[in-house]
Amino acid sequence: MAGVQMRPAGDFRTGYGRDTTIFDDRASFLTVVILIAIAACAPLLLSGYGLNLMIQIGYLGIAALGLNILVGFTGQISIGHSVFFGFGAFASVFIHQRTGIPVFFCIPLAGCFTAAIGLIFGIPAARIKGLYLAIATLAAQFILQDFFARASWFTGGVAGTLADPVSIFGYQLIADQTYFYLVLAYVVVMYVLAANLMRTRDGRALIAVRDHYLSAEIMGVNLTKYRILSFGISSFYAGIGGALYAHYLGFVSVEAFTILFSIQFLGMIIIGGLGSIMGTLMGTAFMVLLPETMDAIGRALTDTPIDTALSLRSNIAFLQEMAIGLAIVLFLIFEPDGLAHRWRQIKAYWKLYPFSY
Amino acid sequence: MDFFFLLQLLIVGTIVGTLYGVVAMSFVLIYKASHVVNFAQGEFLLIGAWVCWWFLTEFQLPFVFGFLFTLVFMMIFGMLLQVLVLRPMIGEPVISVIMVTIGLSLFFQALMKWIFGTTAEPFPPIFESRYVELFGIINIQSVYIMSIVVSGLIMLSFAWFFKYSRTGLAMRATAFDQQAAQSMGVSVKQVFAMAWAISAMVSAVAGVVMGVVNGVSHALAFIGIKVFPAVILGGLDSVVGAVIGGLIIGLLEAVSQFIDVELGLGMNLYQVAPFYALIIILMFKPYGLFGTRDIERI
Repeated sequence: MAGVQMRPAGDFRTGYGRDTTIFDDRASFLTVVILIAIAACAPLLLSGYGLNLMIQIGYLGIAALGLNILVGFTGQISIGHSVFFGFGAFASVFIHQRTGIPVFFCIPLAGCFTAAIGLIFGIPAARIKGLYLAIATLAAQFILQDFFARASWFTGGVAGTLADPVSIFGYQLIADQTYFYLVLAYVVVMYVLAANLMRTRDGRALIAVRDHYLSAEIMGVNLTKYRILSFGISSFYAGIGGALYAHYLGFVSVEAFTILFSIQFLGMIIIGGLGSIMGTLMGTAFMVLLPETMDAIGRALTDTPIDTALSLRSNIAFLQEMAIGLAIVLFLIFEPDGLAHRWRQIKAYWKLYPFSY
Repeated sequence: MDFFFLLQLLIVGTIVGTLYGVVAMSFVLIYKASHVVNFAQGEFLLIGAWVCWWFLTEFQLPFVFGFLFTLVFMMIFGMLLQVLVLRPMIGEPVISVIMVTIGLSLFFQALMKWIFGTTAEPFPPIFESRYVELFGIINIQSVYIMSIVVSGLIMLSFAWFFKYSRTGLAMRATAFDQQAAQSMGVSVKQVFAMAWAISAMVSAVAGVVMGVVNGVSHALAFIGIKVFPAVILGGLDSVVGAVIGGLIIGLLEAVSQFIDVELGLGMNLYQVAPFYALIIILMFKPYGLFGTRDIERI
């Protein structure tokens, strides 16, 4: 067990430095490295369908992480995340088509543009909070959705727009196998950025705004700045995720960015755990796999009496929506801290094994 | 400029606006009593309308009985929802409570689509003549007249209920100060359940009226979202404000529909206009016309 520190009964941290590390010890760092290495082998191990799901979890996970920074860390609820995701998708395609900048560089640029839009829509957050803000973001959802349908110069209108595949130095990432590595790289970078954000002065200020905004203001945190900033950061993540989505599918349509999609993003962070970076990824995986599982169950029951009595197969889309709604409600009632909390309990159990606490 | 068309639109806008007002009122009722923002208000309309339609078509009940059964059903439904889902959420942060109601709205909307399908179904006819002539110039559907009468009745009974009935008094007391009300012998739990039951019933009435006018479909649930501009405009905790806000939003829709047609913008401007109004209200007068300003003590 060379190099692995044993911490049999609790944390013995002796300085602030130890408290703000990303990884508690070498073992957890190695675990993450090994997990990423295993993920990097996914194209060799998984079938095309499994790889497709992994890529979905990747780009949705990036956008969900942005929402978690807004909701979980800063405590401002947003019911319009999908339109920012959509804005990123359209912006990346638009920049590429108008300027001819290689798609590879359009993706971060789209993130920056979306961040700017997020800052604008975050301005109401300077004045209002809690449920008023929730309603303001609901309005943003419908206004931007309407804008997408109108602005055909930007989005191709209701017909949608085609997105070129990503290419680096003339090498095109068309196949899922190669695109996966691009998404994986973005996931790693964005998650490391988010984990580090929470160690900085700005990240701590965001948490202070969430925990008690009046105290935060008295302590010298500029509320207006950080409330709007968190919208910007969240939109940046949404924009990157959206751009990755656009160039993966090759086609972006206005219809995709509905309020249902926004609710799905909220479901991801609630099921994963509000304010947990690791949990966001778990929640995203849950939310992507839930409809797939429903679909598989529906397919397994085809032509059985249950199927004919309830017409499961033909209504599978509604059943999937119901499952998402139900998952959100049940998690909030029975597991309000999400999967991340359960994961921490499992780790604690493992660490303390013969004893229960 | 077609002034006749504008007049027609304004009348319809007023009538739809009063219905928004009724739904906004039942929204405010829940908010005032239990400080829960109910994003599933539109689904109450939807469920009420579908259940009533089901009673009328499946069992061939006369309208009055089907309607009464619907009200009983919605009362039980609202109460159960409060006890099973919202009671465990007491004391949780605002975000969680909002999310629970969003989850509920998603669940019930999909459930209704699963059970009743996605196509709009017409109600069996209730009135003899479909049109009534007004002032000799304008034809108005008789269901619109009925809807105005029903909305007026609901508003009056709300006023009476809060002013003179014991339960209404208990509700006002709870809304004002939960702890004080509880120490004076008011069962806060009962009041919460009552608020949800009444709100569900009243929304269902609006749902049935809308269903009689336009047919029942999942589009009814969208009224639950239209309620937000109305409620914010009037003030989140003001019943009178809800009615006025609903009217203003109804008229705003009518005017923007007129502009849309006149200028040939060709899009659903009237669907989005309330949300622009919402953003403007929130920027300049976040507590609405009649809402109480939050004062926080440190």
